[in-house]
Amino acid sequence: MSHPSFETLEKYFEKIADALFAQLQRGEEMNLNLAAEDQVYARFNQARVRQNTSVKQIDLELIFQSKGRKAQFGTSVLGDEKIDLPKLMILLERARQEIEILQPDPFLVPVLNNGESRKQHHGKLLAPEQALKEIAETAEGSDFAGLYAAGPMIRANKNSMGQSHWFFSESFFVDYSLFTVNASGENKAVKGVYSDQQWSQAALQKHLQQSKFQLELLKKPTQKIKPGRHRAFLASGAMSELCSMLSWNAFSFGAMKKGDCALTKLYAGEKTLSKKFSLKENFKLGLTPLFNSRGEMAPEELVLVENGELKNMLVSSRAAQEFGVISNGADTGGFGWEFLRSPDIAPGHLSEAKALEALGTGLYLGNLHYLNWSDVSAARITGMTRYACFWVEKGEVVGPIQDLRFDESLFSLLGSELVDLTQETTIDPNVGTYELRSLGGKQVPGALIDTLAFTL
Amino acid sequence: MDLSLAVSLPPTSIDAHRALKICQADLQGAEWIGLRLLSENTHHRIVRNEISETNSVALSQGVMIEVLFDGHFGYAGTSDISESGIKESYRRALGLAKAAAPYKIHQFTVEQRPKAVGHYRSPVFQGLDGQTLKEFVDILFTASKALKVSSQIISALALARMVETDIHFVSSNGSDVRQQFVLVSTHFQATAQNGSESQSRSDKGSLARSLQMGFESFNLDEIKAHCQKAGEEALALLTASNCPTETMDLLLAPDQMLIQIHESIGHPLELDRILGDERNYAGWSFVQPEDFGRLQYGSKLMNVTFDPTVPGEFASYSFDDGGLLATREHLIKDGKLIRGLGGLESQTRLRKQGHPVLGVANFRSASWNRAPIDRMANINLEPGTSNLKEMIEQTERGIYMQANISWSIDDYRNKFQFGSEYAQLIENGRLTKVVKNPNYRGVTVPFWNRLKAVGSADEVEIFGSPFCGKGEPSQVIRVGHAAPPCLFEKVEIFGGGE
Repeated sequence: MSHPSFETLEKYFEKIADALFAQLQRGEEMNLNLAAEDQVYARFNQARVRQNTSVKQIDLELIFQSKGRKAQFGTSVLGDEKIDLPKLMILLERARQEIEILQPDPFLVPVLNNGESRKQHHGKLLAPEQALKEIAETAEGSDFAGLYAAGPMIRANKNSMGQSHWFFSESFFVDYSLFTVNASGENKAVKGVYSDQQWSQAALQKHLQQSKFQLELLKKPTQKIKPGRHRAFLASGAMSELCSMLSWNAFSFGAMKKGDCALTKLYAGEKTLSKKFSLKENFKLGLTPLFNSRGEMAPEELVLVENGELKNMLVSSRAAQEFGVISNGADTGGFGWEFLRSPDIAPGHLSEAKALEALGTGLYLGNLHYLNWSDVSAARITGMTRYACFWVEKGEVVGPIQDLRFDESLFSLLGSELVDLTQETTIDPNVGTYELRSLGGKQVPGALIDTLAFTL
Repeated sequence: MDLSLAVSLPPTSIDAHRALKICQADLQGAEWIGLRLLSENTHHRIVRNEISETNSVALSQGVMIEVLFDGHFGYAGTSDISESGIKESYRRALGLAKAAAPYKIHQFTVEQRPKAVGHYRSPVFQGLDGQTLKEFVDILFTASKALKVSSQIISALALARMVETDIHFVSSNGSDVRQQFVLVSTHFQATAQNGSESQSRSDKGSLARSLQMGFESFNLDEIKAHCQKAGEEALALLTASNCPTETMDLLLAPDQMLIQIHESIGHPLELDRILGDERNYAGWSFVQPEDFGRLQYGSKLMNVTFDPTVPGEFASYSFDDGGLLATREHLIKDGKLIRGLGGLESQTRLRKQGHPVLGVANFRSASWNRAPIDRMANINLEPGTSNLKEMIEQTERGIYMQANISWSIDDYRNKFQFGSEYAQLIENGRLTKVVKNPNYRGVTVPFWNRLKAVGSADEVEIFGSPFCGKGEPSQVIRVGHAAPPCLFEKVEIFGGGE
């Protein structure tokens, strides 16, 4: 796949930045972000194409600071500086006007030069027609539903103090589910993701074959398990969902100081996590750029929890300014709270091959679904089991279960009830596609939990 | 300086009709072409603890071109709205339609894109150009100040999102629809803290006050009163005891009915979910095609409509993105399921499978960069004959929950668990003590069959959300939900803590 206009985008961004920064007057500062993608998205149902869409989008964000105030403007652009620059100049002027009206922000972070970086990860992707053909042919005969996304993604930042970052990544994913009807007449499914930078039909075939093997186990009669406390093994897919919750206000220093953090009691020393649990931000995974939306660099590794002990919270430069602590380059989302960008949960000592034996009698949970805090202060999470979930007796799979709801505190799940984590870890790429395709991912092991509360 | 909220940019050099002509000049066998030109300006402004924290404006503009070739629609969206950008996108859409046609799920025709001509405009008098930035930010400062009723309020958050959207849809079979929206969402929230315990209370729940409204609807005295009440109730929650664990009657305020309707009626009735399109993402549905006309979804008091005609409700519009005229329809009547939430594509697919399921005009996309899919819009629970006072008086042992704070449901939309910000026990027909961390759980159809009283029309409140997520690639879309208070019997209630 070739992307002629994207090859020139780096130069375009330089010209735009130079032109805007040249207009700045004394005391004015600016951060400029670029996010772009040229993607093919194809949605499949029953191994057939339901919808397919090409999306080519370039967005610029101009963050203007002056007189202790900040005004922010984002805009979609054409990618032609002759057409785009006049619009951006109008926005710059508008930003100046807003600054005159807005109140000063005592915690405004000054624009600094946080260095330079440039990473390009080129891929070898298929032409869309070939990709559709190979997926449809490989999936034929199975009840396959999923999304194929492929193409380049760019994140870049420059600021008026000379900071400059460029991150280009070209990759694809096939995020899919395979369905069957089991001996009890119920729909059952397994989940899989094939993601890489170089396409291989043989690799897709291998993924689907592995999924089909698991699907065979789901064809057994359904086991109706009563709610209550059960021993459970959370496979890496389930742990990945749980890890996503850790990104939702759990390690945000800003959220903690504003009363909206699930791990406040851990910070306060009132609660503990298991000595077997360790978590870090690990940008060495190479899934997402080190620089954040202000162009600040995170350390390549940042230990958050080590052997159950809280070592760091995620601290943005703004939270650092407001609360007099040191920033660790964390990025912030919607309400200004810091989130995990490249989480990595440390492995344990349990061999995956012996997971069922170690589970003994209990629930094997392939995935979890629709997690939410049921009590933030108590770090309590509710959610559902989903996909390949089985009842296991004496280390042997008896059959799939009817999905169950759980409701449990992290201080139990990753604290008193955590028996062990697997030696093996899985990288789960971020397959998010809201507004534009997401970067990043997580590295997680499986986990054996002594008892987990199932409520419905 | 009188700076209006509207950001003035020069008009684009291309209009939808001209863009369509560019595509039609390069037909190459396309059976039908549709083109949606969209521009949207979004203000996102936050004042927290009387500090102006965020002032962000996003200006999005782009075009989505769709092409029918050999029974398959191919789509291409681009922010490059130059003549060459339109040409390139047209070729991409056509190329994708041709590439996928041998593997298509259904043989579509132009019948799924009827000719539509019309106009829609949100019923507002004062849009972004009718309000100055200073006046507006002052409202947020006033709200933030009013929320902070005590030093224990550590976060007094006043947030507003204001959106102006202009969509122009044209097609090769003569469609010409212009729809212009003004959408305002607010969130005023106080968080109280004592040691490591904190409690939040907001004005009706996170961004639940989402309406198509103009600035003429902002009443500063009301905002101040609502914020002060939220602050006081956050403090009350801090010293309240935990919600008891008990099976009892549950009275839900309209701002909690919002999530109950959304998750356990809206999503399971979406026909694309029933057809399995969403199975790899948000999930399937317990509703089967043969359930329409047969399933007793709830008690006879349950009447639910799809109603895009309610003035000011967040997801009101005249046409969906397939060009279908949007009309008010009953989805559930006297508790019985009669109609699904699906546009013409889903309806024709179901007919081919032998299920002539009725649908509605809800084939919608989030923006110019996404293809339309079946989305709920305004899903409303119609009023009954009871009222809040009566429902409280008739309850011996129950709980009254207000404002959603937690939500979770399974991928077939059966087993749910929802939490509220604030609750009061009902004992012997009277509201008594405040309890914190109120939650309840249930299973969709049995739960709705426990509906035993519905408030009357004068107690209906209209809410909405800007952030309903669905689809692959994913999209967030606006929804509206209106309901009166409703009483359910014998529901599993519980509180927080470990």
